[in-house]
Amino acid sequence: MSEPVTGIVTPIRLDYRYTPGTSPSKFLRGMKEGRILGQRCASCSKVYVPPRGSCPMCGSAFSEEVEVADTGTLVTFAIVNVNFANRVIDLPYVSGEVLFDGSDTTSMVLVQGASVDEVRMGMRVKAHWVPKEQWDFTFANIDYVEPTGEPDAEYDDFKEFV
Amino acid sequence: MTSSEVLSAPHFMEFPYTRSTGPMVGAFLTGLRDRQVLGVRDSTGRVVVPPPEYDAATAEALPHDQLVPVGPEGVVTSWSWNAHVRPGQPFDRPFAWALVQLDGADTSLLHVLDAPPEQLSTGMRVRIRWADETTGFINDIACFEVVA
Amino acid sequence: MRDVAVVSYAQSATRRDETRNEVEMLLPVVAEAIKPTGLTTHDIGFTVSGSTDYLAGQAFAFVSALDAIGPWPPIQESHVEMDGAWALYEAWVRLQHGDIDTALVYAFGKSSPGDVGRVLSLQLDPYLVAPLWPDAVSLAALQARALLDSGISEKDLARVVARSRRNAVGNPHAQLSGAVDEASLLDEPMYADPLRKHDCPPISDGAAVVVLAAGDKARELCERPAWIRGIDHRIDVQSLGSRDLTTSASTRLAGQKAGVGDVDIAELHAPFSHQELIVADALGLDDSRTTINPSGGALASNPVMVAGLVRIGEAAKRISAGEGDRAVAHATSGPALQQNLVCVLEGDS
Repeated sequence: MSEPVTGIVTPIRLDYRYTPGTSPSKFLRGMKEGRILGQRCASCSKVYVPPRGSCPMCGSAFSEEVEVADTGTLVTFAIVNVNFANRVIDLPYVSGEVLFDGSDTTSMVLVQGASVDEVRMGMRVKAHWVPKEQWDFTFANIDYVEPTGEPDAEYDDFKEFV
Repeated sequence: MTSSEVLSAPHFMEFPYTRSTGPMVGAFLTGLRDRQVLGVRDSTGRVVVPPPEYDAATAEALPHDQLVPVGPEGVVTSWSWNAHVRPGQPFDRPFAWALVQLDGADTSLLHVLDAPPEQLSTGMRVRIRWADETTGFINDIACFEVVA
Repeated sequence: MRDVAVVSYAQSATRRDETRNEVEMLLPVVAEAIKPTGLTTHDIGFTVSGSTDYLAGQAFAFVSALDAIGPWPPIQESHVEMDGAWALYEAWVRLQHGDIDTALVYAFGKSSPGDVGRVLSLQLDPYLVAPLWPDAVSLAALQARALLDSGISEKDLARVVARSRRNAVGNPHAQLSGAVDEASLLDEPMYADPLRKHDCPPISDGAAVVVLAAGDKARELCERPAWIRGIDHRIDVQSLGSRDLTTSASTRLAGQKAGVGDVDIAELHAPFSHQELIVADALGLDDSRTTINPSGGALASNPVMVAGLVRIGEAAKRISAGEGDRAVAHATSGPALQQNLVCVLEGDS
């Protein structure tokens, strides 16, 4: 007599035609052109990068598009010692939250060009873009940030974003 | 922004799900693997197919070790025609869905029926067509077919 | 029990929306619903939403949708993976606690990005039913066949469709509206025998918002609040083959518990024409005395996860406007009317 059934495998797959919507599309189109485009909240004036459709604090629509610089400040970071999923990066690596100049939200970016002992909060960084011919509608056009060598930003200037 | 300016892209969600069946569903699927459909007698004396773990009226656990064989023939209690085939469905061409009350059961089982639309009628007699290989899955019943 | 009323309601247009994401769809509806009350979202005591991430395939979409509310400073909020009608039920329960006086209920959903019939297959028994991938229309069609076998005729279905389309002419948010000749509906080909295309709902993207308030607060915010006199929801046995598909025991029981009685207006969430007949019967409605689906109902516009909340909003709106004194709103969830919610609304005399 064979063993009773105790388990089954029931894979599922659903297919979609996804749209990120109007605001995120503007951001992604900007990335294709090598520009980081945020949007400003009509109520509190904060600039969101990337914008999702409304200011998540006020619930207000955006009033204008704002191009932010591709230089910024590393406001916080994590030193990663374990690769996960499909990512294969030399370990350990630094995953950073970067406040691009002009933005009021940080972006998570890989940090290169500084050892894990050198990297610090307040470090000034610049985006490294993949070759222009590879630019697509994606934030991944920026593959990492690296130090600019400028003096560190003052903590008071970025503490509210930590 | 016009719809031509808004971006879109294909996207999919996929999960491999492995599910533990528990004793009742496990017993039912073991029955299917052995080419046998099983039901359970509930508190009202009705034979329920597929067998639930708990009685709908009393909430008491039903005995997974006292299952009742039903079928292999039965009666169509309802049907509908699936003209627009979707991925994962049992056939890759239009087919019928049917609720079949197998002989000995008091409830109907949902499955597919291999019959042309002009033959479909509530009350028609059908029988199970078993898959060539059974593994302990609902499609061990490949489909129902018309009893001539 | 505290008296709770619908004091405001707004809805988006419903159609396939290829340009806006869920937040962009929801944002103007929140603004429109809250404006007449004079409140801001930060004045609201409790916020709760109804939606499902599987519709558009976006994990945690229900979390990012909060961007449309502006949840800062932190708000008290909740979510149900259900039609917004069930979110409203939760808001009603929350208001019974007595410490807050207002609640905001919102619902949203984009059916157009995916194959909604297939997405809804995931609501089914994952062991024995879902692996066959029966779609929502095929399952509704099984129920329609059973109803036709019991003596209801195709003409009865056509009458429901014609009335829905006609009523929808007056509804700026409806997707399908217009005068249709009942006889010519029966000349249309089958779509999912025995259902024709017009017996099925359109694919709609949309959002809706309802503001609830309790007691004197409701009177302060709205000239003629639509008081919730009863609200209840029940679920039938899960297995389709174990149910009598020609009746809706859960609707009947929910209606009894909610205390439907005589109503001027009934907004019934019936995405398929035959389902309106089943629900109307379960609620004991007489269509010579009750106006059924003056909005056009779900056959005219069916934003999944929203259409049930819309029924409550549409019924409440008409009470507040003085078009009736007592209404019933119904919402459904799951295959072939598996789970049903009934809400009885009344205006002050």
